[in-house]
Amino acid sequence: MCRLFAITSDNPLSPQVAINALDIMREGHDGSGVGLFLRDLGGPFEEIKDAPILSGIFTESGLKRLDMYMMELGFMTKYKISIKIPKTTPPGIPKRDFYLIRAYEYPEEWENCSQDALFDRLLDIRLTLRHMGEEKEDMIVFSFWPDVIMIKEIGDPMQVAKYLNLDRRELKARVIMAQGRQNTNYAINLYACHPFFLQGFSTMTNGENTAFIPIREYLLSRDFPGYTGYQSDSEVFTHILHYTMKTLGLGIEAYKHVITPLNDADLDPHPDRDFLGHLRNTCRRLIIDGPNCVIGCLTDHSMFMVQDRKKLRPGVVGGRPGLFAFSSEICGLDAAIPDRDKARDFQPMHLDTVVIGPDRREIHLCRQTEKLPRLH
Amino acid sequence: MPSNRKITPSTLSVTDLPWQILWDKDRCTLCGQCTAVCPVQAIEPAVFRKRIVNTVLNVTADISDAHTVYYGIRQKTDPAYRCVGCATCQMVCPNDAIKPARGDDFDKLRFHMNRGGQPRRRGGRRNVPGSLLDRIKFIRISMLTDPALDAGRHEFELRTLLGRVLPPEQNLAFLRENGWIPPVREIYPLIIGGMSFGALSPNMWEGLQLGIAYLNEELNMPVRISTGEGGCPPRLLRSRFLKYVILQVASGYFGWDEIIHALPDMKEDPCAIEIKYGQGAKPGDGGLLMWHKVNQLIAAIRGVPPGINLPSPPTHQTKYSIEESVAKMIQSMYMATGFRVPVYPKISATSTAMAVLNNLTRNDYAAGLAIDGEDGGTGAAYHVSMNHMGHPIASNIRDAYLTLVAVGKQNEIPIFAGGGIGKTGNLAANAAALIMLGASGIQIGKYVMQAAAGCVGSENDRCNICNLGLCPKGITSQDPRLYRRLDVDDVAQRVVDLFLSFDTELKKIVAPLGRSTALPIGMSDALGIDDRHAADRLQIQYVV
Repeated sequence: MCRLFAITSDNPLSPQVAINALDIMREGHDGSGVGLFLRDLGGPFEEIKDAPILSGIFTESGLKRLDMYMMELGFMTKYKISIKIPKTTPPGIPKRDFYLIRAYEYPEEWENCSQDALFDRLLDIRLTLRHMGEEKEDMIVFSFWPDVIMIKEIGDPMQVAKYLNLDRRELKARVIMAQGRQNTNYAINLYACHPFFLQGFSTMTNGENTAFIPIREYLLSRDFPGYTGYQSDSEVFTHILHYTMKTLGLGIEAYKHVITPLNDADLDPHPDRDFLGHLRNTCRRLIIDGPNCVIGCLTDHSMFMVQDRKKLRPGVVGGRPGLFAFSSEICGLDAAIPDRDKARDFQPMHLDTVVIGPDRREIHLCRQTEKLPRLH
Repeated sequence: MPSNRKITPSTLSVTDLPWQILWDKDRCTLCGQCTAVCPVQAIEPAVFRKRIVNTVLNVTADISDAHTVYYGIRQKTDPAYRCVGCATCQMVCPNDAIKPARGDDFDKLRFHMNRGGQPRRRGGRRNVPGSLLDRIKFIRISMLTDPALDAGRHEFELRTLLGRVLPPEQNLAFLRENGWIPPVREIYPLIIGGMSFGALSPNMWEGLQLGIAYLNEELNMPVRISTGEGGCPPRLLRSRFLKYVILQVASGYFGWDEIIHALPDMKEDPCAIEIKYGQGAKPGDGGLLMWHKVNQLIAAIRGVPPGINLPSPPTHQTKYSIEESVAKMIQSMYMATGFRVPVYPKISATSTAMAVLNNLTRNDYAAGLAIDGEDGGTGAAYHVSMNHMGHPIASNIRDAYLTLVAVGKQNEIPIFAGGGIGKTGNLAANAAALIMLGASGIQIGKYVMQAAAGCVGSENDRCNICNLGLCPKGITSQDPRLYRRLDVDDVAQRVVDLFLSFDTELKKIVAPLGRSTALPIGMSDALGIDDRHAADRLQIQYVV
């Protein structure tokens, strides 16, 4: 089983905070990998919030191919973090040539692009790079998006963090999601490592999704290029979120109604029963099944957590205004925010969606049985 | 028997028959119940002459003999009166003195079942005992994450949708703009398929309806039943129970006059309307109710004179092609019911089913597609149609589902599978396998007759005289002397038993797979089979 930790803070934090929390919870993961998602970046990235950042792992020849490709498109490097790799690689971590975190300047001709078109092009480039990398096994691309950095690697999270020296001045973020990986259903493949990312939406999941195959078939048949990959059964959670919010234009409160709709007994007295009834019918192939705790981040930097229909996975929420965290276990929360009011910690239950908005002032709990907010 | 008795080509011995009556003289009380009850008069009371020779030790004395008679049972060998193996004689015998036994030789009767040039017609099923569905295993047991689900204690949502479901974007937009959204019913995935009033006896029909009403109203299980092509009793049409009923229209349009006239008086809309274009047991053949069963009641409901054969034509006569037929009929039915009732076609499984399905994907009114496989049953059909025509259900359903996946409409047009599901008794396993291959729901007919009413028919050509109205259990008879054997309440009770036990078994299958929040439609990764070719064909795992 994976272990998850996510934190949102007024002050930019080092990813080491999340790594430490994962390390505390190490009994719950086998140290077969780590995935990190950083957003609302601090440090040098603070000044270049609009610049798309490419995160990935490259071989020397892959990097050359990347540079050629990006130059051809007209992208110029604006800023990069150089991760100097120590000469000796610890056991369990593969030897890589380059871990890339590079912010680009958009090509000039893109200036008049609408935001939607821009975002589609960014997705297109990420997918092209991914395909190029898969062909020659020289690039692995995690994200290409403004104000977002992703790092994934095989190995024990703490060892990987030390090896890559992630606790560095220039790598800080206000929103951090981290996953300590349990290598279970699929071969070790970094594309199977959470968190997953698509056009500003990111999620990571604890558990197994037994409805994976029909959901994958449904997403693949939506005719949207970003719905691809699926090396992990958890990737569909990100894509369903994207589909719910971007394609259907619904709010995060509706996400849980898509993946785990209410049963009749709860739906009948619901003030939005007509709408939810239709949502349940039309999005039926997106209903997840199996024990899952999903933690994610939205385009506005909100963070959320939802549980499966039966709440079969652990997940706890705690913190204080300005600093909140989600964790698979309370010990992870203790490691990251020891000086919080622990009496206010709580575990979201089977009907709950917990959202911490971009202002990080309070925890917003919406229960599925409550009326949905009006869409703007 | 004189040795010079005339031997005709169709003169058969008892050994030439598939079923032989074993009668025990010592146990028989000569009560005559067996001969009275035999539906085909295969046995008759007989007088047997017996010679007893008295031999004596004294060689000078004369040997004498005596002739006596005894009474007993004789089996007829005339093909018209052959034993059908129903074992009703055994059921009524107070002393277990009689029973039919299957002959161990290849019967010769089959070559003589065409007197007058009439090929054999019968009811029942295809005479092939096995089922590929039984070989499909559920292999994806959720051992990865604990705790596993508990079939007995957890909440399960095992319902399915019947009706055209719009794509989410379109549906939500129509909801905002007050556009027309096709009617969709949320129902239990096991449906009682079309068995007409006429094919079934009044008691059987009433028992089924009663059971369905109980399941819905007392047990909150939204089970639905199709009428088959034979109309619907007027009182049911005007009752609140109509919402549990799928009205079937087929090429004979039997009973539709009554239905159309009842439309203004309907308190509830029917669940759906099923337009039958084909039946798995006899593809390309229309329905057939033989004259034996067309009594006054049936004739009145169907709007025909009594005592005549009622063959529905193979095609809907007023249309030129299935595309046109499907489109126009679906639209007409929607219009007749105020666009509030889902309308869908039922076809027999066929290699051309995908063409029909593709056509439906472009018809925004099509509420689903029911596909009936070769193992389906029928009340009456030509033997050759039943045994040799048709397409297996598994690959047809899989192809249909994958066709919908390819165009992204797998949630929009539900596919219902019928035909031989549970033919060996494994109803829940067969149903779950088809659901995971892509069916949204399952239709059963024969299984209900067997489980709810004790039909004795089998895949080994036992009984199968539904067509003649001679059903020894009273299930498919219109003769009150026969159907009074069937108690309406008992049938209803068995319908309830059947569905409750099915529900438990279905949970016992889906729970270990980690599924409980939605019916696992298309969860093909859970399936495996020990046949490489079948695995490849169905795109499931090959396991040994």
